[in-house]
Amino acid sequence: MSELTLTVNGQATRVAGAATLQELLGQLGLDARAVVVELNQRIVRRPELAATPLQDGDAVELVHFVGGG
Amino acid sequence: MSELSGTETVLDQPLVLGGRAFRSRLFVGTGKYRSNAEMTAAIDASGAECVTVAVRRVDLDRRHEEGILHHLDPARHFLLANTAGCYSADEAVRYARLGREAGFNDFVKLEVIGDRETLLPDVAGLLVAAQILVQEGFSVLAYTNDDLITALRLEDAGCAAVMPLASPIGSGLGLLNPYSIRTIKARLSVPVIVDAGVGTASDACLVMEQGVDGILMNTAIAEAEDPVAMATAMRQATEAGRLAFLAGRMPRRETAVPSSPTRGMLT
Repeated sequence: MSELTLTVNGQATRVAGAATLQELLGQLGLDARAVVVELNQRIVRRPELAATPLQDGDAVELVHFVGGG
Repeated sequence: MSELSGTETVLDQPLVLGGRAFRSRLFVGTGKYRSNAEMTAAIDASGAECVTVAVRRVDLDRRHEEGILHHLDPARHFLLANTAGCYSADEAVRYARLGREAGFNDFVKLEVIGDRETLLPDVAGLLVAAQILVQEGFSVLAYTNDDLITALRLEDAGCAAVMPLASPIGSGLGLLNPYSIRTIKARLSVPVIVDAGVGTASDACLVMEQGVDGILMNTAIAEAEDPVAMATAMRQATEAGRLAFLAGRMPRRETAVPSSPTRGMLT
C-alpha cells in the first residue's frame, strides 16, 4: 500500500497502510465513538468513516469535548 | 415544617429553552478544574442540569487520555457545546457543527470573540453566525454584550436565549450594569441568561434579583479555593435571588419607617 502525506490536527503526518478514515483512526488508536472527524473541513459521520478513502494531501481534524465554560 | 417550605416550587416554573425544560436556573462550565473528580463533585453540588463543554483537537501525543465524556453522564447532564475561542462567524459555525456531531443535542452556546484582552464579543460576527446556525436548526444560546440593540437583533435572528455578560469572562468583577441587564430582560421575549463575570455568591444573587431567567458561570466555581463549597453557595444564591425577585422587593425609601407600633408607648 502506498504512503500518504496527510495533515492530521495541523501536523504533517506520513501514513502507510491506512486507506480510509476508519483505518487511520485505528492506526492512531482512537475510538470512532469518542471523536468527531473532519476531512478537508467537512464533517464525516461515523457510519461513513469506513467508506471514506484518504488521498495524499488531505487535511484531517480529530476533535472531542473538553472542559470549557 | 412550615407549610411555606414548598414556596419555591410553588412560585417558580421550569426554565424552557429550545423546547426543553430545566428545573435549575444555574448553568455551569466544566473548564479550569484541578481534577475531573473535583469537577464532577462541584457540578453535583451546583445542582445544574446543563453543563457547557468545549470542542478541541484530540491530543495525538496523549491519545489514551480520557475525554470529558468519561466523567460526565449525558443521561444526567445536558451537554451544551460552546464555540469558545472562535474569532469569526465562520469559525464559530464550524465549531458549532462539530459540537453537534460530538454531542447529543442541537444546542450551542455561541461565542464570537472580538478581542483577546477583554474577550468581549464581536457582535457583528455573532449576528451572522446566529443567523446561519438558526437556519441549520440549532437552538442558539448567544453570548453577547449587555447591549439592548444587539440582544433584540439576536432575538429577531431566532436565538433560543440571549446571554448578556455580567462582566468580562473570567474576571470575577460581578454585575457591572444591572440597569442594562434589567432593560434587556424587560424587552426580550426569549429567555435571558446572564453569562460570565460573577465572582461570588452575592454576585449570582444580585444577577437573579434582576429578574433574568438564569445564570451561567465557570471560573467563579472552578477557581474558588473549595469549588464544591462555592458550587453549593452558587446554587443557594441563584435560588435565593430568583425567589427574592419572584417575591417582589419592598420599595426603597429615603426615610425610615418604624417596624414597631408607634401607638401604645408609655407616657
